Parts: sequence; structure tokens; C-alpha cells
Amino acid sequence: MVYAVRVNGSLHKVEADGQTPLLWVLRDTLGLTGTKYGCGIAQCGACTVHVDGQPMRSCSLPIEFVGSAEVTTIEAIDDPIATAVQQAWVARDVPQCGFCQSGQVMSAVALLRAMPSPSDSDIDTAMSGNICRCATYNRIRAAIHDAAATLRGEAV
Amino acid sequence: MTEDAQDSRGFRLTRRRLILGGTLLGGALLVGYGVARPMDVAGAILSGGGTDPEESPFGAFIRIDLEGWVTVVNKQQELGQGIHAGMAAMIAEELDADWDRVKVVEARSNFRAYGVQITAGSNAIATNWDAMRNAGAAARSMFVNAAALRWDVEPDAIEVRDGVVSHPASQQSASFAELLVEASRQTPPQVPVLKTAEQYRLIGTDRVRRKDSQPKSNGSLIYTQDVQRPNMLVAMVAHSPRFGGRLARFDDSDALKVPGVVEVFAIDTGVAVLAETTYAAKLGRDALRLEWDDTEAETRSTADLVAYYHDIAAGNGGIGSADFATMGEDPDAPLTGDMVEFSFDFPYLAHAPMETMDCVAEVNGFDVSISSGAHLASLDQVMAAFTARTIPGRVDLEVLPAGGSFGRRGVMTADYLVECVRIAQRVQGRPVKLMWTREDEMRAGFYRPMSHHRVWVEMGADGFPARWRFHSVCQALTPVGDNIQATEGITHSPYFSTARTVAGKIFSPRFPVPVGFWRSVGASHTALVMEHVIDQLARRAGQDPAAYRRSLFEKAGDDRRIAVLDELMEKSGWSTPIEAGWSRGMAISEAFGTIVGQVAEVRLEGGRPVVRRVVAVVDCGIAVAPDQITAQMEGSIGFGLSAALFGAVTLKDGYVQETNFDTYPVVRMNEMPAVETHIIKSTNRPTGMGEPGVPPIAPAVANAILALTGTPTTALPFLSGAAATNAGFSMRG
Repeated sequence: MVYAVRVNGSLHKVEADGQTPLLWVLRDTLGLTGTKYGCGIAQCGACTVHVDGQPMRSCSLPIEFVGSAEVTTIEAIDDPIATAVQQAWVARDVPQCGFCQSGQVMSAVALLRAMPSPSDSDIDTAMSGNICRCATYNRIRAAIHDAAATLRGEAV
Repeated sequence: MTEDAQDSRGFRLTRRRLILGGTLLGGALLVGYGVARPMDVAGAILSGGGTDPEESPFGAFIRIDLEGWVTVVNKQQELGQGIHAGMAAMIAEELDADWDRVKVVEARSNFRAYGVQITAGSNAIATNWDAMRNAGAAARSMFVNAAALRWDVEPDAIEVRDGVVSHPASQQSASFAELLVEASRQTPPQVPVLKTAEQYRLIGTDRVRRKDSQPKSNGSLIYTQDVQRPNMLVAMVAHSPRFGGRLARFDDSDALKVPGVVEVFAIDTGVAVLAETTYAAKLGRDALRLEWDDTEAETRSTADLVAYYHDIAAGNGGIGSADFATMGEDPDAPLTGDMVEFSFDFPYLAHAPMETMDCVAEVNGFDVSISSGAHLASLDQVMAAFTARTIPGRVDLEVLPAGGSFGRRGVMTADYLVECVRIAQRVQGRPVKLMWTREDEMRAGFYRPMSHHRVWVEMGADGFPARWRFHSVCQALTPVGDNIQATEGITHSPYFSTARTVAGKIFSPRFPVPVGFWRSVGASHTALVMEHVIDQLARRAGQDPAAYRRSLFEKAGDDRRIAVLDELMEKSGWSTPIEAGWSRGMAISEAFGTIVGQVAEVRLEGGRPVVRRVVAVVDCGIAVAPDQITAQMEGSIGFGLSAALFGAVTLKDGYVQETNFDTYPVVRMNEMPAVETHIIKSTNRPTGMGEPGVPPIAPAVANAILALTGTPTTALPFLSGAAATNAGFSMRG
């Protein structure tokens, strides 16, 4: 079956079984490898992408259900919120092994779009679907606060 | 063109092929600071026939280009611990390079060029401390000599700072780039002069930062999972669901009907399915019909194994023991008088790195090309060659950053890498990417071994231990030898300082569940044994656990631990009261030469330990990269807490019950304590930091629970079954 999927602003025609998770279409077919496989059952969040702006686990989203939704991956986030988040990540040296961080960044960007000044508890709620085995959680939290402050025009 | 020099420590400076026809090779100045001569012989065998790396046959850790960029070639593997920054800082410090113009590239595996490439046992900073500083200092000296010649001044009057060479007296200066050609013609010194610790401008400062945060924050860094090659096939393997099971027969007729599946064949570890995409490989594997011969397979359940271990410790297991700690006269005489007995059980643990096991390999006759997050690169190269019946020098191993490992990629048999090479051999000339699913990774073994420790202490009249006896039961991590890893952390304990006798016996049962190195290895379980016993003995003696430790450390003359304890008490507010419902627990342990103390603030919510804050103090010698030390402490606490709270791989009739993060929960953001790290100032040689932060957290929490409830911990994890999984994540929104 051929599916037309909108990814990062372009329309791609993809031939695949309808049950194929979006993750593998992104990685194997479109070569967008920034989105990672970590668990395959929506437990770890390494595969987080934005579907119509919402953070979704692409490992558990069959391509046939994507429809005409706009999919955005780590490769194409470039608004001021994404920039602030990624800059905060670098400024704090958040990553260790780094493998989960694409997903972490995608979840953090979605959080700040929905909630410009999240509390610690808001961050816990939004981010606890993303596992980091290097346990960089404290730096992730600090970097989200930094990014929020930057976006409010405050010095970090 | 070759200039070699031997220094007093047997290191050899090498500068070869620096200049060809008066120009710089590849536009870069290369300074290699190589390995001792016996290594060259081994290197010739291991690398014989292999292609020399571009830089120099004898290896090169430093390249400097005509724009003044210093590129450090990192021979150790980056798996999250930030070692690339530490390696670069050691060079940049002695070179007086501009840190902002230092880049790091990963070395391919090449024994002749770089010596042994093994990243294990938190060894990288400790074992490269001399070689990297010497390499930097030698290169610096070549710039100094070049400048001295150009300006006709004494080398001693020349300074170097941030990549700029200057002669203050004559107010002349030049950058590395400007001096590059002349510097490349200088002879490196036989024995480079190294800075003293007081002269450091980079080491020990927060300027030492990671160089890879950007590509790790925008998805552009390539891990093994991301490697794409033309004509590449993706392979998945159906493994025996029981350890030691063997393939009896298989039917691949349905698998071959899956669109995209190219080939199916049996290999020694199971049945390999090769497909054009990852998902097709998975569907193909799911469609296999498999029968296993379990004649030699492990079919027991965890409860059976625990009972077996208890029998062994009681002397009824029918297996012999080896002494691991023996002290005093007649240590085996029966304990008498005031005797206390302790029992501890620890489960198997999976490493569960975020990147599951994967490897890319291509075999063309005797030539093998591999890309993998290999942290025992030298060994992996040998294992790949052995598998492909070729010589190591014809195995080109590209070492990629790993998405975590925690020891999983450090399996000495190189299990997944060998599996990939075996598959690639069958499809000669086509690259194969082996992908393990999370379930494959969790079921495949190489776990932190389960263990049982029985401890008996005869108390002296002074309230301190007079005699110790241990019966420890743990599978061995190495095929031969004395199973020393199982008891590291007990064997040389400073808590034996008041004892007349110590008698430690280790029992090492052998059965098919594969075990391996897991972050902090033996200390991952022995720290709880020692630190939790000490707290219980302190309470028994009516003493504060910190004061009790201090007495034992003083008796042992252990100044480093005393310093850690003092700092820990001060920074944690140990002597101040804590709010009702909360308590503090302390633990201090040593791993790989580094001492870490932690105080955890804990309360119980419906029987669940909640850890809100951990204060950590570390003595790791000279702190090369303080921010990475802090990061490793944070990460180690999160990792160790995951295991302490929930971590357990269990067997039912030999089948692994935990398959993914839903059944093997790990600490998530809402469960992560705040971590405060304090580094003891030291002028000692640096020791490891990737692992030593793990061991103290479980006993610190256990000791806090003991203080709260009076109930000792006798087994980990604290939570199991539904209690553990309920704590885990449920899909939100």
C-alpha cells in the first residue's frame, strides 16, 4: 500500500504495510535517523515526534493512522522555542550518551509550546514518558527552566 | 624521516611522516606518543596487513591544522561518560591549546597506532593520564623550539597560552597555525616537561565541557543504529528463549513470504532473518516457526536459584569455595560470644542502555569492516577476526559513540558483534546491520549476576567487630580465575580494621545464564552488604553511623575515607535534624580507586521509598573534568537507584520474565532526586568516575529506611512485582 505522509513540510509517497510504525518509515525509508528506536512499545519516548504539533511515540503509531497529519522530527524543529531548548541543552551539557535526547528535546519543545512557564511538577508530568538511562533528568529540568526564561526574555 | 626517542618510562616518542617533500602531510602536524616496544611486536601481529591509519603508523593523538584547530584523536570509547572531553583536556592542558579550538575525533581500532583500546573499569582517565599529558607537552615543546629558532631567543623565555606562542621580552607572538610548518620540523623531546597541578589552567575547571552536546541535542550524531549503507540488509535473530537451549528445527516458509525479507538461515545463536528494512526483518522473525532443544538449557526459576544459593552458602550446595579474604590466626575457628548474622540477596540485572545491541558489518573474503559502539575495541577486533577466520589487521573497526552501555557492550565474547559478523559472512559483500529489539536485549543475558551473601560478625566488647566471616555466592564473570569481581568491595574493606580474624569464602556456581560486567561490577552488590551491616552494627552499639565509621576508618588509617566522611557530614547537614517523616542514610564505598560517599534523604510513602535529595562527595584524585564528574555522579545515582528500587531480571522455568521497560521499570524524571556533588581537592593521580557513583546509593537508601523504621533490608530491589510497575510510567494524555 502506498501512503502519502507529510514529514517536515514535504509530502512523501511511501510504500509500506499499513501497520508499519511511523518510526521505521522515518528511519529506514526517509533516512531521518535523529528519531530513535528504544523500546517499540511507547514506554521510553526515544522515538518522540510531533504529529500536528502533539508529541507522539512514533514506534507505536502505524503509518495508516498518520493520514494527512503533519509530522515533524528533530531534524526540522527550528522555531524560537526549539532553538531555546536546544541552546539550553548545550549550555548545560545535558546529554551523556545522548541517545534519548532527540525524544527529550521533542517532548520539552511540546511542553513549552503548551505551557511557557512550567513548574517542576508540570515538567515531571510532561517528561516522565521519556526515559534517560544516563539519568540526565536534573539537567533536563534545569534546561527546560532555562529555555522558558530565555523565551520570556530573562537572562539565564 | 623517522625520529624515535625512548624516555625513562619506556614510552616512545614517535614522529613519522610528518613532512613529505617539505609540506605537511594532510596539512596537519601530527604528534604521536606511542606505546612501549613489546607492544610493537604484538601490534605487528594484531595489525599486520592492516591499513595504517591516515595519521601515522605509530599512532597520533594530536593533529593541528593550518587554521589552528587542534584535533584530539580519542582512543577510548565515548558511551556517555564524557571521556572525549577528559582525554582532550589532558592534551590541551599540556599543549596550552585554546580549548575553544579543540575538536575530538574517535579513533578506529588500531593496536599498533594507539595500543590497547579497552574502555572498562572506569579506566580511561587513569590509564591515559601520563600518555595524553606527554603527548600534549611534547607537541608544545615543538612549538616553543620553533618559535625560539624563528625569533632567535631562548626557549625558556617563551610562553604558550591558548594556542598562542609568545616571547614577552621582545613582544613577539605567533599562533600555532603560524608556526605549524616550523614546529613540525622540530624533534620532540625525549622526556617532555609536565606541568605541576598548580600550573593547570584548564584541568579542574568548568571550562572542560563536552564537545558533543550539540549533535546530541539536534539528532545529527550517528550511532550504530543510524548507519545506512548502500545495499545494506537489516538482520534480526531469533534466539533460544531459554539459556542453553539449542535450535532443533525451524520453518521459514511464512517468514519468506513477508515482503522485504530476503534471506533466512540458521546461525549458531539461532535463526537470522535478513530483510531490506528493520520492520520487515521483525515481521519475518515473528513469522518463524521454531523448535528448541532444551536438553542442556537452564529451566529453573528464580526462587529455585535463590534456594540453591542459600544451600550453597550453608555448605550444602555440593560446590567448593575459594578464600577471598583471610586475616588473622585460625580465621575458620567457630565464632563465639556476641554474634550477629546477616543475609542478603541480589537479583540479576539487565543493563538496558537506551540503544539496544546493534552492529554493522560487511565481510569480503578475509576483509571485515565493522561499525559498532565497541568499548572493548581491541578485543572486539580480535573476536571479529577469529569469527571470520582472518587476522585482526584485516578487521577495520570503526568505533562509534554508543547510546549507553553500562557494561553491556563490554562482553568479552563480543556476543552481538560476533553474531553480526557471522551473518555478514553468509551474505558476502553486503553490509548487514544487526538490530536487537529491547526484548532481545533484556532476554539475552550477560546480566549483573544474582548473588547471595551470608555474613557473620563476632562483636568485641568495645562494640566493634572482632571477627568477620563471609559466605558469598555469585557466578564468575570470567571463564577462569578466582572470581575476584564478586567480592570486590569486601575483600579489602577498611571495616576489618578492628578485627582479629576475617574469613571470606566465595562460591561460584556455574550454569547457563550468562553474566557480565554491569556498571560498578562487584561493588554494585557488595557496597550494600558492607554499608548496611555497618549501620546495623552502629545502631546495635548505640552509636551514630557516621561516628562509628569514623572510628573504623581511623583505626584503618584511611585518611581519604575520613576526608570524604567529614565533607559528607558537613554538606549533608548530617548532624542537623530533618523534618518528621524523613531520614538520612549514609554510605561510603570505593570502586576503581575512587571513593564516593552519599547521603540520601528518604521517606516512605505507602511503603515506597521516595528519595528527594542525595548529597555526594567524591575523591577521584585530580579532577580533570569537574562538570563531567558531577554528571557521572548524577547519572550513577539515577542508574543505581533504578536498580535499588525496581531492578530485577527473573526466571520462570528458565524463561526471562522481564522484557521491556513496562516490566523492567527504571527511574524516570518524577523519581529522580536532586543531586549535589562535592569534589575533594586532591593532587593524587586521577582515578575513574564512570562507575564509582553507583554503589553507595542502594545502601544509603537502605540505611535511611533502617533509621526510619528499624527494619533492615535483606534483599533488593526494594519494590517488586506490581508495586514496582505501578510506579512506572502510564501513558499520559
